[in-house]
Amino acid sequence: MRKVAIVGVGHSKFGERQDVNVRELAFESVKTALEEAGLTPRDIPYVSVGSIGVWYEEPLPAVAIAEYCGLTGSSLIRVEAACATGSAAVYSAYTAVASGYFDTALVIGVEKMREVDTFTAVELMGRAGSYLWEFENFGLTFPGYYALYATAYMNRFGASEEDLALVAVKNHRYGAMNPLAHIQREITVEDVLSSYVVAWPLKLYDCCPITDGSAAVVLASEEKVKELKVDTPVWIAGIGSSSGTGTLSYRSDFIGLDAAVKASRIAYKIAGVEPRDIDVAEVHDCFTIAELMAYEDLGFCGRGEGFKMIREGQTEVGGKIPVNIDGGLKAKGHPIGATGVSMMVELTKQLREEVKPSSRQAPMKNYVALAHNVGGTGHYCYVTILRR
Amino acid sequence: MPTLPSRRLEISYNIPISRTKKFWDGLREGKIYGTKCRRCGKLYFPPVADCGECYSSEMDWVELSGEGEIVTFTHIIVRPTSFQDQQPYTVAIAQLKEGVKALAWLKDVKRKDIKVGMKVKLVPRVSEDGRVTYEFRPAEKREY
Repeated sequence: MRKVAIVGVGHSKFGERQDVNVRELAFESVKTALEEAGLTPRDIPYVSVGSIGVWYEEPLPAVAIAEYCGLTGSSLIRVEAACATGSAAVYSAYTAVASGYFDTALVIGVEKMREVDTFTAVELMGRAGSYLWEFENFGLTFPGYYALYATAYMNRFGASEEDLALVAVKNHRYGAMNPLAHIQREITVEDVLSSYVVAWPLKLYDCCPITDGSAAVVLASEEKVKELKVDTPVWIAGIGSSSGTGTLSYRSDFIGLDAAVKASRIAYKIAGVEPRDIDVAEVHDCFTIAELMAYEDLGFCGRGEGFKMIREGQTEVGGKIPVNIDGGLKAKGHPIGATGVSMMVELTKQLREEVKPSSRQAPMKNYVALAHNVGGTGHYCYVTILRR
Repeated sequence: MPTLPSRRLEISYNIPISRTKKFWDGLREGKIYGTKCRRCGKLYFPPVADCGECYSSEMDWVELSGEGEIVTFTHIIVRPTSFQDQQPYTVAIAQLKEGVKALAWLKDVKRKDIKVGMKVKLVPRVSEDGRVTYEFRPAEKREY
């Protein structure tokens, strides 16, 4: 396998983007990513598009986007791994370059979720677990899936609704500093606790918003990096992935995600790093409980200790491991197919030490960053480790 | 923002149930069935026609007691489009006596009385709109 680097990144403004259609939204990120890499669409032999679709009109988004971005003719693939779709798209492009099949590849993550009403979006996400056994008769929603984990977690470890709220407060604080974030507003614990219940014990501010957005990265082989004279390549040091059952009742417990534990152990092993080496992390905080479980699944702390990390501020800038200092899914937003790619964009900027304002830049010791991207409720998980 | 409303499409899937028909018939007869692999002995609920452990398709139908304990639960307040006509509902997962778990609505109990560890029974039900389903009810009946 060859070494592969991220040599260009692009990221749209996240939010309710009814000013653009899915092609135009993707174009925003592709343009910047190609410009950064010093490449044109003709230089890209392989394009991996991560998008779930269903909430917008195009059933074949990869084709529509490639056409719009002048990429028609490239080897083209559309990838789905639920909310980990973006990371899966990166994985597809990474293996394509690492294997020697292609020298460069473009990854586009995009989602247009605001073309349908909220309840339809809730329906489409809720169906995406085990339709037959958990939606058809029981109408289980995506917040409901994580609420089942929240109830079990709080019951087992004595964490409180206030502990969950602290995750939202932290991520909104950083989101307020990120001009690309969907919600750029600080909130208080009281705001979270008094917001309406979506799926008890999760309230509105425990949940990420429904967001439109796109992100893109250009990957290149080591030879190509030299040829392009890239100043600060960010290397993909290891990707681990795993999966879990669609039917939640087949699982053994509801206090952590086995797929995330497995994926992270594989990624750490390939990259040759340990949790303590990570300078900054992006974790999949689609709901506040998800971030606490992520700390534990990734080995940032022991099982049942995640809520203590947030209480002690260990995941803020200046803490043990800064987590989601771009606002996370919680405040930056979670355009499903874009999220994993957005994580790569943010971590690339963190590793290049070019994040503005500087209060949102993590201090770098080892120049190692980690992205944890979960699909569904641990139905899929991808952990990607980057190194400068 | 100006938008163009797309053409409307209504979809309903015809989900095949031939190979698990006994389960759906069982619900109408007041019974909850799981399947047990004749070769490796693995018990499945929800039932399956093929064993993903040992790849045998020789399954026995096993009637379950329905008796179990709540492992976790949630109250779904914000409901999907197709559940808008329902009142908010409680979804619970319980560990059944036979060793498998089940997920279903929990009915006939006040929200404040629901606890992890609470004893419940899984019972078949035909819903108001004629769908066969199953739900948890508290094992010990209280007066409300």
